[in-house]
Amino acid sequence: MNNFEYVRPRSVTEAIAAASAPGASYLAAGTNLIDLMKGGITHPDRLVDVTHLPGLDRIEHRSDGSLRVGALVRNADLAHDPDFARAYPSVAEALLSGASAQLRNAATVGGNLLQRTRCAYFYDVAGACNKRQPGSGCDARDGENRLHAILGWSEACIATHSSDFCVPLVTLDAVVEIEGRRGRRDIALEDLHRLPGDTPEHDNVLEPGDLIVALRLPPAARSFAAHARYLKVRERTSYAFAIVSAAAALRIEQGRIADARLALGGVAAKPWRARAAEQVLIGATPAVGIYLQAATAALTDAKPSGDNAFKIELARRTIARALTLAAAGTPARVPALPASPFSVLPGVLQHA
Amino acid sequence: MSHSITLTVNGKPREVEIDDTRVTLLDLLRERLHLTGTKKGCDRGQCGACTVHLDGRRINSCLTLALSCDGADVLTIEGVAHGDALHPVQAAFIAHDGFQCGFCTPGQIMSAIGLIQEGQTGDDPERVREAMSGNLCRCGAYAGILEAVLDAQDRLREANQRRSA
Repeated sequence: MNNFEYVRPRSVTEAIAAASAPGASYLAAGTNLIDLMKGGITHPDRLVDVTHLPGLDRIEHRSDGSLRVGALVRNADLAHDPDFARAYPSVAEALLSGASAQLRNAATVGGNLLQRTRCAYFYDVAGACNKRQPGSGCDARDGENRLHAILGWSEACIATHSSDFCVPLVTLDAVVEIEGRRGRRDIALEDLHRLPGDTPEHDNVLEPGDLIVALRLPPAARSFAAHARYLKVRERTSYAFAIVSAAAALRIEQGRIADARLALGGVAAKPWRARAAEQVLIGATPAVGIYLQAATAALTDAKPSGDNAFKIELARRTIARALTLAAAGTPARVPALPASPFSVLPGVLQHA
Repeated sequence: MSHSITLTVNGKPREVEIDDTRVTLLDLLRERLHLTGTKKGCDRGQCGACTVHLDGRRINSCLTLALSCDGADVLTIEGVAHGDALHPVQAAFIAHDGFQCGFCTPGQIMSAIGLIQEGQTGDDPERVREAMSGNLCRCGAYAGILEAVLDAQDRLREANQRRSA
């Protein structure tokens, strides 16, 4: 790990000033950043520790039905907040399907949104990676790439974004509150992360000094609570990143789908909202046939970036099963194996 | 530039001079405070051998910057027994053969104590396994570890009931 200067600001204004300098980086829990620094993947000159800033650790259920979560709320605290889990069950399930209990106790809401890709070539400093070292090339293109992107990738980068949390959040139209050098602004979570194009070194649209201070969910987000699930296929049942995941949220009225939300994880450099699939579902009667049609719509533009054509079929089936589970209804409690296809609940169709 | 931080470790207030910003909580405990019960396994947040409680919550000390812990309350494996009386989770690990080589054991025990305090699993073995997935055991003592956690949880619950009765 490189040497760095440590700064502990007393206010958001001080933090922004300290983090606007070239080479500076914010430090929250550090569960991703310290790991990246130990591997020599990132080497900031200055860490601006925001964990002692006051007022950023609150979960506020507002009277208009919206929600505001401070950027320093820990993943475990959010997932286990009873009001939160009741109103946004797919988000709670996604949180509990990620990492380990120790990491969830530390990791923050803001940090989760800004975690870097888990592409092995990004982590291997001996190899070429345009995201880590712009212009160096992409060893993943001809390497071990069965877990890489099938949507939105470019010749420069085929890495995926690995957050579970973000996937149901984009289905619920989450908004990110940012404080920066020019004051406060909002960005839709769906617009926070960038597709790689020719500049994969930029994961997101944030500018130097920008600090995520909160996450908001609009009042309509809670209208999906009765039919909202997250399903995550991974290579081991716990403590693993998604190969493909899907968040499905439905509003069912008089036997028909009145509103539908769908997003995919592990398939692109950002959480992937599937709006075309949502349009297929709205107005339909819940049934496997329409879920498969929705999946086809979601994956129209999907193409393998390497040895990963199987992920397209896997995504199709994951979407169909996530919608099946959502239509069957949100379980009263997050299953013992959150978001796992091996989680068997009575009365739930296990094979779409 | 050197920074001075104060923290409470196993109930004792400590003031530590940190001359290198890179020091993690794990290195601080092992190399500066000579509390070597907490183990360095992978040092990358994957194995859980470094698990300690920070402000009452189980975390990976290898991914926690020491400077960030200014003012924090830290509990390590050295602080869980009462004199010669083992913590019920320690006793249960012995009773149920919850280890072989013992290297992961301090992390397993700190994680299990955290799990029981969190109160999310109940007696469901599947939930306990899931909640312990951040602690790897290369010897594969998982069956004994699971029994130990469930048994210790029972004993602690009974002890609490006796105390409140």
